[in-house]
Amino acid sequence: MFNPIDLAFKKAKEENRPALLTYTVAGDNTKKQSLVILNAISKHADILELGVPHNTPVADGSQIQTSSYRAIKNGIKTEDVFWIVKKYKKNKNSKPIILMGYYNMIFQYGKKKFLEKCKKVGVNGLIVVDFPWPENKSFLKECKRKSIYLIQLLSPTTSNERLKKIIKNSHPMNYFISMLSTTGGKLKVSPKKIMLNYFKIKKINPKKNVVIGFGITEKSIKSLNKADGLVVGSAICKEITNSIQKRQNPVTNVANLVKKLKYKIL
Amino acid sequence: MKLKKGIPVIDQGNNLGFWGGKFGGNFVPETLKKPIEDLEILFNKLKKDKKFIAERDRHFKNWIGTPTRFIKLENLTKYVGGAQIWSKVVSDANGGAHKIYNATVHCLLAKRSGKKIICGDTGAGYAGKMLSMAAKKFGLKCKIFMGAKDIERQQPNVRAMKKNGAEVIPVYSGSQTLVDAVSECMRFWVANCDTTAMCVGSTVGPAVFVRICGWSTSQISRELKFQLINEFGSIPKKLKLYNCVGGGSSSFGFWNEFMDYDKKQCEFIGVEAGGPKKSKRHAAPLTYGSKIGILHGAAQYVNQNSDGQIEETESISAGLDYPGISPLHCFLKDTKRARYTAASDEDALNAYKLVTKYEKLRPSLEPSHAFSVAIKEAKKMSKNTIVVVNSCGDAYKDKKILEKRLGKKYV
Ligand SMILES: Cc1ncc(COP(=O)(O)O)c(C=O)c1O
Repeated sequence: MFNPIDLAFKKAKEENRPALLTYTVAGDNTKKQSLVILNAISKHADILELGVPHNTPVADGSQIQTSSYRAIKNGIKTEDVFWIVKKYKKNKNSKPIILMGYYNMIFQYGKKKFLEKCKKVGVNGLIVVDFPWPENKSFLKECKRKSIYLIQLLSPTTSNERLKKIIKNSHPMNYFISMLSTTGGKLKVSPKKIMLNYFKIKKINPKKNVVIGFGITEKSIKSLNKADGLVVGSAICKEITNSIQKRQNPVTNVANLVKKLKYKIL
Repeated sequence: MKLKKGIPVIDQGNNLGFWGGKFGGNFVPETLKKPIEDLEILFNKLKKDKKFIAERDRHFKNWIGTPTRFIKLENLTKYVGGAQIWSKVVSDANGGAHKIYNATVHCLLAKRSGKKIICGDTGAGYAGKMLSMAAKKFGLKCKIFMGAKDIERQQPNVRAMKKNGAEVIPVYSGSQTLVDAVSECMRFWVANCDTTAMCVGSTVGPAVFVRICGWSTSQISRELKFQLINEFGSIPKKLKLYNCVGGGSSSFGFWNEFMDYDKKQCEFIGVEAGGPKKSKRHAAPLTYGSKIGILHGAAQYVNQNSDGQIEETESISAGLDYPGISPLHCFLKDTKRARYTAASDEDALNAYKLVTKYEKLRPSLEPSHAFSVAIKEAKKMSKNTIVVVNSCGDAYKDKKILEKRLGKKYV
């Protein structure tokens, strides 16, 4: 299967750096504004994760919760998330899009219908936080049929045996959770330790791209730059919250932050 | 979908933890897969271990106090003028509610697994109070997550938790009630599962928590079965078991031992919280036909909008104020083994007034929901019908609400 996500990693590797992945919540702080933000950060980021906001997010810390609740309060619906992706993909400099969210949102939309819609608007990958292996086995196949990557999460608690099984059945991209934490936690493990765990995972199948996420900020990003890709989420959501509080433009602030993040890993 | 005979309902899920092939499961972040698997292995082993069961029974007997009373409500029966109305006074249990069984078992498991800290959620504050008691008894540090709204309305239990040395962490997100407390507790566990055990306060959450809780509260029906035979010589020909249903732990425990009886002989009636009469909001997903969705790691009937956002609930009783319901009850509903209905806030208050007027019993607002339906239905039943209501909590914790809604003389 062809997927532009592979190209994004290839390009970053050619430039001898990790790919930069951003996470923002669809509809934060409005439907239109979140689209403007995607367009503004496209220049610096390699892959964009877009959160489908859910009001019972059991794996998210306070920053992403705040963004999600704000988006829901502003009336965002699953249909609007697709609208944002569709519009964004009209931008000729658009980057691969990964939707990230919780399983109930997909379940209520209808699994099949959800994937068809993803395909139609140009979604390239999915991360479903509370839908792990082997529960997601058949969904993994359905995604593959549509050339959409279902990105598996791997955690420091994942046993070796389980890592092997998940990776064997996975699509070409996976996601390593840096530490025991919800999103947005302080990095409580040394980057050295994280990279040690990371390379243990990489060794199982070096061909598959593995990104690292959770707790990465402007401060810590450089120390993890040997990874295939790095995800920054909460720090960006926080920037949006701060901008709103200070009555500043979240678009320029977020674009500046992403630019700085990129600069750190060049 | 079929209920099997001779196999405990908690063990009727498939290999992925789904009852009836679709309720329950483990919709959890990857980080929790391992701790959940560890807990499953430990629980499956210990529940067959005679020494562990003896240890459990010793604590149930000497510390929790078994059996709780089974009493006839003579005056209420006379007033209603239909079936005989009895009550299983589970609020006799140490701490004042059924939540003590689950809390005790979780602490025993935590000890066996070498954990030093235990975290838990609470709505009415009973699950939190009991966990704080058990944690103290077994030498564990205890953290309780509780919605800010519930902290405000269930002060006596909050005070008890603090007195037992637990840290009570207010949750300000969402509706600031039980649903948010469970979410926050799960988040805490995600970040601390290496050192901390989690206790889910009802038969909800990932499958193993549903099973542990149901296994623990089944003590209620073990006692009741014995007491019924003692009283009537055998299980009555017409037995109706009424229980309020929040997450579903007291009701499941109240029914479990009678599961294999024909429902014509032993009928189960679950009473959900219908919320204020004037409000569209409720906490009765089974009664009002909510759709299946995923909440707190399990597939279940749950109040939600068409997009899949969990809806806010409303109920006078903090313990029933939860948008979802145990997968076990979804299973019992769809196999038609149990029947579910709802009582409104006002119904519950009226039932509380009646019960306290005629009897020396002060059911909290949760069991008052069950009393409301039991009283209504008992009127139309024959004298040889035995109605039993689980009085699973004491009204002391509801003082503030009762005073406000009914006036001082009812407190
Ligand atoms: C006294 C009492 N009854 C009932 C409930 C409802 O929970 P469950 O349905 O799990 O018994 C609670 C929950 O807090 C409670 O405190």
